[in-house]
Amino acid sequence: MQYLLSVIHDQASIDDPDEQAAIDVFNDRLRAQGHWVFAGGLSGPENATVIDPRGAEAVVTDGPFLESKEYLAGFWIIEAPDLDVALKLATEGARACNRKVEVRPFVAV
Amino acid sequence: MSGFDVREAITRAHHEEWARVVALLTRRFGDLDIAEEAAAEAFATAVERWSVDGVPPNTAAWLTTTANRKAIDRIRRESKRDEKQREARMVHGAGPREPPGAIDDDRLRLIFTCCHPALAVESRLALTLRMVGGLTVPEIARAFLVTESAMGQRITRAKAKIKAAHIPYRVPATEDLPARVTGVLAVLFLVFNEGYLATSPDTDPVRHDLTAEAIRLARLIRDLLPDDGEVAGLLALMLLIEARRPARVSASGELVPLAEQDRGAWDATLIAEGHRLVRERLAAAAAGVAPGRYQILAAINAVHTSARDIRDTDWSQVLALYDQLVRVDPSPTIALNRAIAVAEVDGPDVALAAVDRLGNALAGYHAYHATRAELLRRTGHGRQARAAYDRAIELAGNTAETAYLTRRRDQLG
Repeated sequence: MQYLLSVIHDQASIDDPDEQAAIDVFNDRLRAQGHWVFAGGLSGPENATVIDPRGAEAVVTDGPFLESKEYLAGFWIIEAPDLDVALKLATEGARACNRKVEVRPFVAV
Repeated sequence: MSGFDVREAITRAHHEEWARVVALLTRRFGDLDIAEEAAAEAFATAVERWSVDGVPPNTAAWLTTTANRKAIDRIRRESKRDEKQREARMVHGAGPREPPGAIDDDRLRLIFTCCHPALAVESRLALTLRMVGGLTVPEIARAFLVTESAMGQRITRAKAKIKAAHIPYRVPATEDLPARVTGVLAVLFLVFNEGYLATSPDTDPVRHDLTAEAIRLARLIRDLLPDDGEVAGLLALMLLIEARRPARVSASGELVPLAEQDRGAWDATLIAEGHRLVRERLAAAAAGVAPGRYQILAAINAVHTSARDIRDTDWSQVLALYDQLVRVDPSPTIALNRAIAVAEVDGPDVALAAVDRLGNALAGYHAYHATRAELLRRTGHGRQARAAYDRAIELAGNTAETAYLTRRRDQLG
């Protein structure tokens, strides 16, 4: 079972070396214990571009798809047998990066 | 065998075996929908068969076997439609074996699944009542004053989330238990309260099936966590309230308040068990373990059930316990109950002033108006008391309570 752990942030991102080190430790643990699938940090929403090709022409707009105080700062995709394991890992990840994390299962295929 | 005997046998089997059948099927097939529907089908079949063939000697085994067969039938039907989904279900159900715990009880697993913190509180409550308590969706809908379709959707959504997010069917690991148990206790107390003071005008005023279920489940959890003070506290609290049930509703279906209850009708065995638990927690508190809200509420009920007569009640002790409770839980409903003790210790005027301060928070709560009505009566404000009774009657859903409040109002003359 795969889960998406979305890192939710509500401030202008600042690179904190302590947080980065904690995230590295957490990532190593995910790999060592077989939970790791993929992870990535995202550039700020001010660098987002939305494209909507549903009309006659693809419309390109500057900015994120929704304006809100909170935004997606990064994510993990993990492998876990059930939600309890995923929530535990999400808690550790959230502590490491000191942000809120949303846990969502991928649709089973 | 008469139709009445068959009906009674089915009702009893439903109370005693529903959760066991659902829980067993959930473990076997790993799917709440299949478990619930197969259990419901098995009971429906029992209604048909037992009145023709007679009640089988072992009703539990009959129901389990029948439900099992219904579940397999259903999976076969569905497998023709969707082979892949069936496989996914079976794999999830077979899942990794959990290490054998202190107690291997399918029902306990079912409770922890239904009370998982990833579900909204209303969903936990509804699921527990449906899956563990065996209430029908219309019954649960009435209990929560929402429409049947809204309640059906709530339960369906919760079950869908359990499936999609792989909420596991297991008793949590030892280190996670204390945190998870708090949520379970809250749900059990809500179930108990719904049984003790049924909120619907269409049901019995006291639903013994629900109170008994909540107590039974609390006992199970106590076996699993004998050192958890709040588990002991909640069990003691429910036992001491349940003990008064036989004296609480009159033959004419009217609520009998504590002061007027026939204390000889109280259940001495339940009281003894409750008092034993409270003493155990008092010893722990003396050793420096701070009691939580259920333990304090149990202690309050221990004081009430220790008095041979309402006049023997140690109200200053009750008030001291409420003062302690307010520090743990400063909610307006606790403050309201505290005011009842204040009336006995400091007089109804002081209590009325305290109750009036809660008006904003509790304006829609029948007990606020009922308490106020009693205090207004005692302070000689007949006209205002009548208005408060009117409002309390309007808001109360419980038939015994409505009958009592109506009589009290009409006594005002």
